[in-house]
Amino acid sequence: MFHQIKQVFHSPKFVVGFVIFVIMLVFAIFYPMVSSFGPMEMVGTGFYAPGTYVSVVDTAQSGDSLTFNVDTASSAYDSALPQETRESMKKWLVNQAGVAEGDIDLNDAEALVALWQEKYDPELSQGLITADKRAYQRLDEQLKTLGSGDGGIILAVEDEEGNLQVSKEVAANQFVNVSDISNTVTVPMGTDNFGADMATKLASSIGVSLQIGLLAGIIATIIGLFFGLLSGYLGGWVDDFLVFITNLFTVIPSFVILILIANSVGQAARGPMMVAMIIGCTSWPWTARSVRSQVLSLRNRDHVNLSKLSGHSLPRIVLVDILPYLASYVVMAMILQISSGILSEAQLSMLGLGPSTADATTLGLMMNWAQKFGALTSNCWWAFIPVIISVALITFSLNLMNTGLDQVFNPQLRDS
Amino acid sequence: MKGMAKYYGRKIIWYVITLICAVFLNFLLPRLMPGNPVDMLVNQAATGVTDPGVREQMVRQYTEEFGLDKSLPEQFFTYVGNLFQGNLGMSISQYPRSVNDIVGSAIIWTLALQLPSIIVGWFIGNLLGALAAYIRKGVDKALLPIFMFISNIPTFGLGMVFLWLFASQLHWFPVGGGYAPSMTPHWSMEFVLSVLDHYRLPFLTMVLVTIGGQAIGMRSMSIYELNADYVKYSRFLGIRDHKIVGYVFRNAMLPQVTGLALSLGTMVGGNLVAEMVFSYPGIGSTIFDSISGRDYPLLSSCTLIITIMVLIANLVVEILYAVIDPRVKATQTDS
Repeated sequence: MFHQIKQVFHSPKFVVGFVIFVIMLVFAIFYPMVSSFGPMEMVGTGFYAPGTYVSVVDTAQSGDSLTFNVDTASSAYDSALPQETRESMKKWLVNQAGVAEGDIDLNDAEALVALWQEKYDPELSQGLITADKRAYQRLDEQLKTLGSGDGGIILAVEDEEGNLQVSKEVAANQFVNVSDISNTVTVPMGTDNFGADMATKLASSIGVSLQIGLLAGIIATIIGLFFGLLSGYLGGWVDDFLVFITNLFTVIPSFVILILIANSVGQAARGPMMVAMIIGCTSWPWTARSVRSQVLSLRNRDHVNLSKLSGHSLPRIVLVDILPYLASYVVMAMILQISSGILSEAQLSMLGLGPSTADATTLGLMMNWAQKFGALTSNCWWAFIPVIISVALITFSLNLMNTGLDQVFNPQLRDS
Repeated sequence: MKGMAKYYGRKIIWYVITLICAVFLNFLLPRLMPGNPVDMLVNQAATGVTDPGVREQMVRQYTEEFGLDKSLPEQFFTYVGNLFQGNLGMSISQYPRSVNDIVGSAIIWTLALQLPSIIVGWFIGNLLGALAAYIRKGVDKALLPIFMFISNIPTFGLGMVFLWLFASQLHWFPVGGGYAPSMTPHWSMEFVLSVLDHYRLPFLTMVLVTIGGQAIGMRSMSIYELNADYVKYSRFLGIRDHKIVGYVFRNAMLPQVTGLALSLGTMVGGNLVAEMVFSYPGIGSTIFDSISGRDYPLLSSCTLIITIMVLIANLVVEILYAVIDPRVKATQTDS
C-alpha cells in the first residue's frame, strides 16, 4: 500500500494535478478565515472592480482638521450630487424644459449635468414658486463651480423643501494623507452584484462545490459499485436485468433526469446536499458499467475459483477476492465522478435549479448570478472569470490525477 | 445479410423499449414527489394571485390535465395517448401558445446548432488526436495540455468568456440571440445573413469544446494502437508508413464512435446550457424560460424532446458502427 502511494507520487501528471487541487482546497479552507468579510456580507452596493475603496460618506464629511474629497467614482459629479438633487434636476428638466423622461439617466451624473447645462434657462422656471426658482438658480451656480474644476463644494440638504445650501467650499489643492483615511475597504477581486467580496465568496463557493462533488461522487460510486459487482459476479438474469437498467440510464441523458428530479423537489427543499444526492443518484451508470466489465475479467481467476470451492459466502468472495483488485480502479472512477458532479451542479445552477439556501453559495450559483445580472455585457469580468477558472482548475486537476493514476496502474499506457 | 437485418432489428427494438421507459420516467418522476403535484404547481404558478376564483380554476385545470382523479396506470395511458396525438398541452408561462408550437420552433434552432458543431468537432478532434499521437514530440507536448484544459472548462463557461471577450468587448460577434433583435423570422436574404452572423460564436464555442474532449481520447487510443503487435509486424514486413497510419486510425476510431454514443447525452446537456448563455432561441433557452416561469408542461416536453433526439442520435451512431466495424458484420453473419 505504502509502496503504491509512493509510486503514484512519482507520476508527474498526478503530482501537478494534486498540487493544483491542494492549492484550491487550501484557498477554500483558509481564505474565509483570514478574510475580514463574510461570504454573503454586502460590502459594496453592486459590481465594484478590484481595488481599495474609500467610503463615500467620508468624502462628504468635513471637519476642521480633515477635509478631503477622494473620488471613488469616475467623475466628480458622481459623489457631489446626492440622489435628491438629481431627482429635482430631473423634475425641472421634464416639467420645465420638456425633456422626455426616458432620456434622463439618474445614474450617469456626467450626462445629467451636460443635459442640464444645455437646457437650463432661468426664464423657463416660470410657474414655479419663488423659492423653487431660487433653488434651481443656486443649483445651477453650484454645478458651474463644480464643473470648473478648481475646487469642490460640500453640499448639504438644508430646509424641508430640499433646497441645497453650500456648507463649505474646498479648494482643489487641499489634500489628505492616504494613511489618515480610516474608513477604507479593500476588495482584491472586486465585488459581485450583491456587493459581496468576490474573493471570500469564491473561497466559500469552492468549498461548497467540492463538498457537493464529493458527496455526489461517493453516492454514485457506491451505487455503481454495488450494481457492477452484483451484475458482473452473479451473471444470469440478474446480470441481464442490471445491464438493461444500466444501458437504459446511459442512453437517457442523465441531464434530463437531473432536471426533472431537481424541478420536482421544489425550490425550498433544494439545499446543497440535496442537490449532491440528486446528482449522485443519476450519475452512477457508467461506474456500474465499467466495474462490471472489470469484474467479468476477474471472476474466473484461479483464486476466485478456489474461494468458491472452499465454500466461502458470496459477500466474502466479492469483498475479499474481487474488491481489492478493483480498488485502484474504483478510486479513479470516483475522482472522475467528483469532477463531473461539480460540473453537473454548475449546469443545474445555470438553469436556475441549483441549491437554494441563504447561507451557502456554489460556483454554479455565482456564474448564474453573474450571467443574470449582466456582468458579461457590462464588462464586470471579475464577477465570472475567476469562477470559471476555478471550475476549470478543479476539474482539470482531478482529471490530471486520474490520468496519472491510470498510468501507474495500467503499465500499457505508461510511456505516453 | 439476414444477420445484419436481425442485428438492426434488435437494436431498434431495444431503442423503442428505452423510449417507452423514458416516456414513463418523464411521466412518473414528477408524480413520485411527496405532496399533491397540483397543489405544488398551483402554489408555484399562482404566487401573487390573490383571487380565489383564479386559483380554483387553476386547480381544476391542472387536475384535469394530469387526470389526478384517475388511477396511475389510467393516467399514464391518457398521457401516452395525448403524446401520440402530438398534443403536448398548453404552456403556462406563454399562455395562449401551445407547447407544440414553442417546442417546434425551438427545436429547429437547436438541431441546426448542435448537430453540425458536434459532428465537426468530433472529426477535427479525432484528426488532431491522431496527429498528436503520430507526431508526438513538439506538437503533442504543446497541444495536449491545451486540449486537456479546454475540455475541462464547461461549455457554458467558455461561452461566457467568449461572449464577454469577443462579443461584448471586441465587437467581433453579435452579443447573443439567434438573429438581430429588430427582425422577425422570415425568409429573406437579410434575415439569413443575420442568422449566420449570430451562429458563428456559439458554433465555434461548441466545436472547440468537442475538439478538446475528442482529441484526448483519440490520442491515447492511437498511442495504444501504435504500440500494438500488428503495427510492429507491418513495419517488419516493410509496409509503408502512411498505410500503417491508415490501419491505426481506423482501429482507434472504433472506440471513439462508441465513446460518442456514450457521451452524447452529456455533450448535448452542456451545449443546451451554453445555448442559454448565448440566449440562442433553442431548446436550452426554452428550458431555462420554463424553469423560471414555472411552466411544467413546457419543461417536461423539452426534456422528452431532448431524450428522443439523443436516442435517435445514439441509434444512428450504433448503426454506423456496424457499418464501419467489420467485426460486427462477421459475428452477425456467422451466427
